Amino acid sequence: MTTKTIKAWYLVHKWTSLICTIFILLLCVTGLFLIFYHEIDTALGYRVDPPRVPETNQRANLDTIVEAARARRPRDKVQFVVADPDEPNLWFVRLGKKADGPDLTAFYTYDARTGQFLSEYPLNQGIMNFLFKLHVDMFAGLKGTLFLGFMGLLLVTSIISGALLYGPFMRRIEFGTVRRDRSRRTKWLDIHNLLGIVTLIWLLVVGATGVVNTLAIPIFGHWQSTQLAEMIAPYQGRPPLTAEISIEKALTAAKAIDPKLTLSFMAFPGNDFAGPHHFVAFMHGNTPLTSKLLKPVLIDARTNQVVKTLDLPWYVTVLLISQPLHFGDYGGLPLKILWALLDILAIVLIGSGLYLWLKKHNVSFEAWMGLLQNGEQAEDSMPLAQSTTSHHQELT
Amino acid sequence: MSKQLSKTHIWRFPVTIGLLCMVGLLAALIADGMWDALSWVTLAMPVLICLYFTFYHKSTG
Repeated sequence: MTTKTIKAWYLVHKWTSLICTIFILLLCVTGLFLIFYHEIDTALGYRVDPPRVPETNQRANLDTIVEAARARRPRDKVQFVVADPDEPNLWFVRLGKKADGPDLTAFYTYDARTGQFLSEYPLNQGIMNFLFKLHVDMFAGLKGTLFLGFMGLLLVTSIISGALLYGPFMRRIEFGTVRRDRSRRTKWLDIHNLLGIVTLIWLLVVGATGVVNTLAIPIFGHWQSTQLAEMIAPYQGRPPLTAEISIEKALTAAKAIDPKLTLSFMAFPGNDFAGPHHFVAFMHGNTPLTSKLLKPVLIDARTNQVVKTLDLPWYVTVLLISQPLHFGDYGGLPLKILWALLDILAIVLIGSGLYLWLKKHNVSFEAWMGLLQNGEQAEDSMPLAQSTTSHHQELT
Repeated sequence: MSKQLSKTHIWRFPVTIGLLCMVGLLAALIADGMWDALSWVTLAMPVLICLYFTFYHKSTG
């Protein structure tokens, strides 16, 4: 790399970082708590564990559960019945003002064995909901989410440009050197370089998958208007469903396709994930990897016959894989703790970058280069002349 | 000025750590049990390395 190239990357690193810093810090801090969303919710009593009952193979009829949920809010519509792979003895029923749309009104938990009502999730309240909103859209809806996605892209650019600067800047100092005996700025510069290069892959993956997650709504929207729309097109113009529909029968039909598949969630007729005449059972596999992927099974809500099993397009699969890689929830509590520690390192990395900028924004790039490269003499007040010797030569 | 380090010398540790992190990120995703443990060990490396060099390692300049 020539000095000119390095300077260009330096400017890219500086400006992409500066623009996104405050937002990425917000994401890192809120994210630190969101890693433990499930655990904190349980501690706050927001979610309950299924009661201990003698182990039988008894399963409650899902239609009864859905009926009971409807009876609690007769004016609302059931949007989804949701399962949690970690809690096979629970069913969750999600209701909204309408069968489609994001405005949910209730999220009930039922015991899957007895059909007993267990709890109602307190929606739109509490500290975790506040942190979640800040993290996902800063209370600004889809626009906020896409804005944060753009900040994530800047972060990814900043990480890559930072990695490209690492080589030329480390030409004269050993890996891991932290010059504690020099000025605060030199010490923090060394720490910034160390944390940056060591957390590089993790931060890149969490950043990039975060960007993909910000596209969840457009991605599912696109799927609904292409693959799903195509599948339900032959049903267009049919009279609306009037007779009783049965999720129990629909689920039985979906399970009959492949006994290795388990329900992740069932979209009800009228929902954007199902269309007016169908149930869509989103099934997942039983291996660690296939449990993260979804296979939608389209079921005619009138006849309870399977119409078709769909293979989701690649962009939905990318989104589904991006979720665990962003949340860190796929390797037990130790992985979550590591996610939190790496997140704290990222906060120190970003904080130190900000500190370095505040301390040196009146120092020229050339002086900066000299400070980084001259392991023995580097000091805050290093005169420009000392670094000009290497100024025009090929650096690496 | 101290001598200039070769590219291999500069990048041997960062590349090794990067590869370990990739293994760690993927292991728990593709399988459970021992593979989860592999993720914990490999992803603990960057944390430990950062702590060690920031607080304990005596640098030689």
